[in-house]
Amino acid sequence: MRDMVALLSASPVFAGLDHDQLEFIAGCGWNVHFKAGDTVFKFGEPADRFFVLRAGTISIEIRYPGGPARRLETLGDGEVLGWSWLFPPYTWQFDARALTDVRATAFDGTCLRDKCDDDPPLGYELMKRFAGIVAARLQATRLQLLDLYGQPL
Amino acid sequence: MDSPSESHGTLAAGPMRPRPFVVVRRWDETADTFSVELRPALGDGSEPSGAPAFRPGQFNMLYAFGAGEVPISISGDPADGERLIHTVRTVGAVTRLLSELRPGDAVGVRGPYGTGWPVDAAAGHDLIIIAGGIGLPPLRPVLYQVLAQRDRFGRVALLYGARSPEEMVFIDELRRWRSRLDLDVAITVDRATESWRGSVGFVTTLIARAPVDAADAVAMVCGPELMMRFAALGLVKKGVPEQQIYASLERNMKCGIGLCGHCQLGPSFVCRDGPVYPFTDVKGLLQVAER
Repeated sequence: MRDMVALLSASPVFAGLDHDQLEFIAGCGWNVHFKAGDTVFKFGEPADRFFVLRAGTISIEIRYPGGPARRLETLGDGEVLGWSWLFPPYTWQFDARALTDVRATAFDGTCLRDKCDDDPPLGYELMKRFAGIVAARLQATRLQLLDLYGQPL
Repeated sequence: MDSPSESHGTLAAGPMRPRPFVVVRRWDETADTFSVELRPALGDGSEPSGAPAFRPGQFNMLYAFGAGEVPISISGDPADGERLIHTVRTVGAVTRLLSELRPGDAVGVRGPYGTGWPVDAAAGHDLIIIAGGIGLPPLRPVLYQVLAQRDRFGRVALLYGARSPEEMVFIDELRRWRSRLDLDVAITVDRATESWRGSVGFVTTLIARAPVDAADAVAMVCGPELMMRFAALGLVKKGVPEQQIYASLERNMKCGIGLCGHCQLGPSFVCRDGPVYPFTDVKGLLQVAER
């Protein structure tokens, strides 16, 4: 548990939380490993967890009917994978696949949601942090959609 | 009143007069971007031999005879006194003619002009170089200079974003740079192809992961202005002091020496006072439309 708390405190998404809060969250987490090519989750499956990546690269993909997967975004060290556990209907909206060997910490979303319901200050704090991640990804996606490099400088 | 040729000695010598250069090589970087190697044409001895010295970040006016001039940043090695290398994206009539140059053809060159990247000021600091699309060529001279004097700098990170894997410039060089242990290179594309194994996402997503001491880092950013604006925001969020961020602007430069006013941006002329600016000097101007 102590190792997990140290791991969490070094992660940007949990940095700054107090020790009790980190212990609380650590109780919902466990370490996982994916080999290159492994599927982490698939569209439509229950989204009951999220991951903080410690090493390696994950690809978020969407699959055309009958076509190849199209890679939308990659995530790397220190980044958070998955927020569908936070919002109904709690199912994954995209596929995620390991591009390299990946070490990560997985968190039980249901367990954490329950803890957040019981501890609103912690819930609000976590919600702010995840909202920040969602906002940053939305902003990056908007810039991606602008196709800026297709225009003259 | 004195005529310009009498009162401005340098003008008489020719900041407005192109010097003839000869194309030595020309090669494609991508489907719409090419590089060209130029050497001075043999003259009558009145011009200094060799290519003019330049600072990373400066540009030349390239004259396609019969068509006109365009400002193009210098993408070669500042230590190479014999030749100039320019990397050009074909976007209009003049650059289209330049793209058709072949070895032995002549091209006029005026310059170098403008301010350069503050490479010396970055010595002793970590360095983050962020390039988007065709923004890498103006930064390549920085990398040449930094890698030639690697001990003078702390950690150095190059973050490069391109539209797709096919549209990355300097592919072979990027590969070589990635294999160096003293340079951290992160590349991302907006749109991946099936064979692309690297990162996907806008270049700003690489900033948080850049392995530098943000508070001590100097950042140099070149690319589309929107990209630079958001890159600067990302750098500040990471902890890079705003006054240590530099950006290179592109405007409609014509004379290159701050006379004609075409490239005026607020109180400054980009050709003379830029193209490289401290971000703090231009952050309020990045949304000013070009007329």
